[in-house]
Amino acid sequence: MKRLLPVLILLAPAVAIAELRVFACEPEWAALADEIGREHVQTYSATTALQDPHYIQARPSLIAKVRRADLVICSGAQLEIGWLPALLQKANNRDVMPGSDGYMEASSWVLRLDATANVDRARGDIHPQGNPHVQMNPHNVTAVARALAQRLASIDADNSETYRSNLELFLEKWQAAIAGWEARAASLRGKRMITHHKSWVYLQDWLGLEAVANLEPVAGLPPTATHLSRLTKEFAGGVVDVIVRAPYQDARASEWLSDRLGVDAIVLPLSVGGTAEAQDLITMFDDIIDRLLRATHHA
Amino acid sequence: MRIVFYPGAILALTLITPAASFAQDTHIEAVRAELAALRSEYDARIAELERRLAVAEQNAAQATAAARPAPSAPSYMTGDPTFNPAIGVVFQGFLNANEGEPGEEEGFAVGETELIMNANVDDKFAAYLTAALAFEDGESAIEIEEAWVETTALPAGLSARFGRMFSGFGYENARHMHTLDFTDRALPYQAFFDEGRYADNGVQVRWLAPTDLFLELGGELMQGEGDPSGVGAHTLFANVGGDVGTGHSWLAGLSRLEQDSGQEVTGAHLVWKWAPHGNWKQRNFIFQAEYLENRIFGTDEGWYAQAVYQPIPRWRVGARLDGLRLVDEDPKRQTVMVDWSNSEFSRLRLQFTNNQTGPADVAEWSLQYIHSIGAHGAHTF
Repeated sequence: MKRLLPVLILLAPAVAIAELRVFACEPEWAALADEIGREHVQTYSATTALQDPHYIQARPSLIAKVRRADLVICSGAQLEIGWLPALLQKANNRDVMPGSDGYMEASSWVLRLDATANVDRARGDIHPQGNPHVQMNPHNVTAVARALAQRLASIDADNSETYRSNLELFLEKWQAAIAGWEARAASLRGKRMITHHKSWVYLQDWLGLEAVANLEPVAGLPPTATHLSRLTKEFAGGVVDVIVRAPYQDARASEWLSDRLGVDAIVLPLSVGGTAEAQDLITMFDDIIDRLLRATHHA
Repeated sequence: MRIVFYPGAILALTLITPAASFAQDTHIEAVRAELAALRSEYDARIAELERRLAVAEQNAAQATAAARPAPSAPSYMTGDPTFNPAIGVVFQGFLNANEGEPGEEEGFAVGETELIMNANVDDKFAAYLTAALAFEDGESAIEIEEAWVETTALPAGLSARFGRMFSGFGYENARHMHTLDFTDRALPYQAFFDEGRYADNGVQVRWLAPTDLFLELGGELMQGEGDPSGVGAHTLFANVGGDVGTGHSWLAGLSRLEQDSGQEVTGAHLVWKWAPHGNWKQRNFIFQAEYLENRIFGTDEGWYAQAVYQPIPRWRVGARLDGLRLVDEDPKRQTVMVDWSNSEFSRLRLQFTNNQTGPADVAEWSLQYIHSIGAHGAHTF
């Protein structure tokens, strides 16, 4: 041990400036961790915005990342139920087990919509804890940002002041951006949307958009011809304003319906990187509102 | 508080206005229209106020959110706090038909019905049980496939598992029937292990290297077939894996099993998976191959290679070649399958095998169903 001591002293400075490793299940939480942790965190996103986060393989590379993570941040509400438990089980990292400071589910910090006690799977792959796509309301992101700053501070107490001031800077920028989005999106209130999957309930709730139907016959199942032809009958005659899908959802169903109804079918970024414009959290919402305004006002 | 006054105002208007406008029909119509306009205006204002109240409540909740204690943690294995333990049941069954040599297993067969229960025991242990409920020789039977406890809080990337378990040997070995991509296990497993897999009672220790490359080393001390009071078997296994770009990922491993009874099995495996942009739901491809060498009296070899492709959601097609090299014969099979999954929880599969393991070739058809209810299990790579 005595002989090791000089080695440990040599290593000590390296340890002091070491970054926190943040494993985010989705890119939006990686982006948020970057905003609040800045140079003190090294973030990794398990998924890209072009992948359906419900259907991810518990890949060896992800297990290796969780093994070394200081913080795991995921949407939760069962979005990652098919793979995250397998990663946590295989990764042998006690610091990020649920219940520890190193594990947080973003959806636990917001008011979840669509929570239900009825989990009958005849109605599809229902999430009893509510809809997990909480990042689509920027007010939710505010709440998660506060919780995340606190977690980073408790894991890395030495830099807790930095995380707090980064949070203040971010929220200042963020609240100003929200005011801008809400002003620009005022004309979107009451617009009627058909969506591929119920990925946008928080966006609809925030901007007062009306969800009229989904392309999926029940949650999680691919669109069927019967269901689509029913939609063409039900929504003929200009009663729908826009058809929306996420980048990872098959384009064919919404394009087909778009032709029949004469309404734009658009892709909105559900996470950072979902479109070329959505480079970070702010440009993601900029782009969502741009695209919605373009699709609903050109006619 | 202001909200309360608006319904009151509407009520007052509803009562008073019609009484004052009794004289002419047209007047009544006009008042009705006015009333309707007022009503919709007030409805809109009430809705707006309700929305503002909801937002205010949400903001208030968010302001306190950061101060809230961490929400109660769901079991790491289920993420579903509704039930403890998480319980799942997997139903499986077959309709088999053979052409050529008549087989033993023709007709309807209900396969293993798997009952799966798991949960965290406390902050340091998790437990897992799989019981296979089967109907064999006219009698119901329960077989404990796995019943183990695993540590969740060891330091340094270590974990220990004890109880009855499917060994970490090989790749297919630890997988349950319902997670296989074909209706039966590959020939080397069927030939070298009872019931097509090595399951035993004992202890397993795994260590995961702190590297970006996935590197896992593990070993087991098992009861084995020899002396029932002692350690009659041990295994060692090593797995490595990683990604190539965003679309490809792989796992490779070596493993060894030694039994006091004299059996020594060495295995090598490779699994490669692909999905465009890593988006598994639309299209994906799995390649999987293993080679096993089994020494007991002589040296036998066995191998399989299989590929499964999902061209569109719900539908998958697969092909498998498997064979053995025994002292005096080289039995082989060629298998193709197509399966359809209505959802994550149901699957129907049609499989055809050209079986060249007996004296004459047999064409085997099999229709299989796999349906699961209850806890939404997470599957390993």
